Amino acid sequence: MDRFLFLTLDGLSRGAVYAAFALALVLIWRAGRIVNFAQGAMAVAAAYVAYSVTAATGSYWLGFVAALVAGLLLGAVVDVAVMRLVDHRSPLNPVIVALGLVLLIHAVLGMVYGNEYLPAQTPFSRTALTVGGLAVLSPYDLFVFATVGVVGAALVWIFTRTAIGLRMRAAAFAPEVSRLLGVNVSGMLTLGWALASGVGALAGMLVIPTELGLHPHAMDLVFVSAFTAAVVGGLDSPPGAVVGGLGVGLLLSYVSGYAGGDLIPLAVLALLLAVLLLRPGGLFAPVTARRV
Amino acid sequence: MSATRAAAPARRTAAESPRTGRTVPTLLRHLAVAAVAGVVVLAISYQLDSFRNFQLATVAAYLCATAGLTVLTGLCGQLSLGHGALMATGAYTVALCQNAFADRGVTAGGVLVLSLATAVLATVAVGAVVGVAAARLRGPYLAGLTLAVAVVVPALTVTFDGVFNGEQGLAVPVAPAPAALGFYFPYERWQLWVVTAATLLCLVLLANLVRSRYGRAFRAVRDDEVAARLAGIHVARTQVIAFVVSAGSAGLGGALLAMLAQSVSPGAFGLTLSLFLLMAVVIGGLGRLAGAVWGAVLLVALPDLTHTLTDLFTLSPAAAQRLEGNLPLAIFGGTLIVVMIAAPGGVQGLLSRLAGSLRVRWRRRRS
Repeated sequence: MDRFLFLTLDGLSRGAVYAAFALALVLIWRAGRIVNFAQGAMAVAAAYVAYSVTAATGSYWLGFVAALVAGLLLGAVVDVAVMRLVDHRSPLNPVIVALGLVLLIHAVLGMVYGNEYLPAQTPFSRTALTVGGLAVLSPYDLFVFATVGVVGAALVWIFTRTAIGLRMRAAAFAPEVSRLLGVNVSGMLTLGWALASGVGALAGMLVIPTELGLHPHAMDLVFVSAFTAAVVGGLDSPPGAVVGGLGVGLLLSYVSGYAGGDLIPLAVLALLLAVLLLRPGGLFAPVTARRV
Repeated sequence: MSATRAAAPARRTAAESPRTGRTVPTLLRHLAVAAVAGVVVLAISYQLDSFRNFQLATVAAYLCATAGLTVLTGLCGQLSLGHGALMATGAYTVALCQNAFADRGVTAGGVLVLSLATAVLATVAVGAVVGVAAARLRGPYLAGLTLAVAVVVPALTVTFDGVFNGEQGLAVPVAPAPAALGFYFPYERWQLWVVTAATLLCLVLLANLVRSRYGRAFRAVRDDEVAARLAGIHVARTQVIAFVVSAGSAGLGGALLAMLAQSVSPGAFGLTLSLFLLMAVVIGGLGRLAGAVWGAVLLVALPDLTHTLTDLFTLSPAAAQRLEGNLPLAIFGGTLIVVMIAAPGGVQGLLSRLAGSLRVRWRRRRS
């Protein structure tokens, strides 16, 4: 029972990061109908920026802020310099271009930092606190929950309470009408990319220290897990992404705790396959008729 | 579907050409082209040194995979990021088969054919499983699923390291060149011959498929699923067939690659290989088998070119190593983005456009 509790809490902590990363995917999907396959590589790039800043200044928090800023900027640059120029009539085109970005980012990181694992710092201890003889959460887990919670709340606030959030939603749902009403639609799209990439960078900063360390490919499996989480939630729904992320985190924690960490990739693939075959629209999507 | 649609305008084949009025059977035409290509490769193999022969053989092995991916993505409109994993399936099957034969003391050269056939069958089986799932998925969902396959399958070799020997991988024992060719016959030349024969067989089959009823169904499904369905085409079945055919080709390509390198390890079949294949197909030109040739050449030539390029500068060994490993990736990624934005038809699209404009000019001058 102790073990179950520990795995559950660990899974929720892991799931919180997946939820944040899935949220980033959902943000871009809602804004521009693009699944950003370069999200993982962009997050790793931001984490490398943090590594450099931390190494230069000795402060984790300066690096953390630098990663967020780098994430925001990278998202905006990717939209303005690349995605805006792509012909969006075929859904294949943005996907292929994003994959080109993945290769480019991996290559540049490999050239600058080398293809070895670099150590990634945590601001708080990762040893679990014990409450009444039970090992529960580590201070770092609490930090993860708090950060993801704050980001989630901030996103909800931006999209529901601010004028800019309203404009972003309008630009996504009715671009033509919004443009007529004076909304800068392409600017809103760029802002959406920046926000999503910033959230992705944050998720990267949180998850990389818990894995093997900093490496150009560090986010590959995280991306697949988060994509699975987003698909479980239905790609279109932010609450779905959060629930999906927590669910995927729990599942992977149980699999690695009871069956062995080697099986995590297989479990992710099995879950993704099952969801796509049984409920392709996700658990939260209304039932729609298939077109063909 | 603009990229794919633009990449494959309705071209008249020579067989349907209204000018000649004669029809050459498609199979005969493809066999003739394959025979000519075979003779050319045979002649070239005597001119090149061992290393170039090996490189040419690698191009041929990649060509199987890129041609298969062209059929799937270019003709049927399904994106697969998992072809690196399918190549791994073929490569590991051939390794396991050859090892099993070697353990039983069967070392004749002919068993390689059996191993290659088993590799294709195994990959077809895996491709059928993924393909059935893929036929229900569209756009980003399909890309995500195949991406998961590409990331997960190489990791399985570590999970089940009892069979696949983890990161170390397996050795692939291959019989030496036949004694009839002489004692001093370069082994790489023999490898090139074997790989070329297998690749040409694969290409002839694919080319015929593309020109057949199935090929037309692929294109119809790619361009408009609803219209294809109305025309009596079973959309899901067509997509599964395309996936299976494509998987079989990728499996053969992986098996040939394993045979060439005489070893397999998961590192060679990671996500990067899957992305490289897609890239090669897109840069070469989606929707044409000729584009697959350009792509395969690029896959082998680019690392070689960057190697020569980095040799021009005097760098510290560590920096040179970093640059050498990553520069091809950077060039590939950058080129892919530029091609998708500027010339969605790829190399072959540019060549066709060039040839088309030359033809128009020539006709104008004659009239």
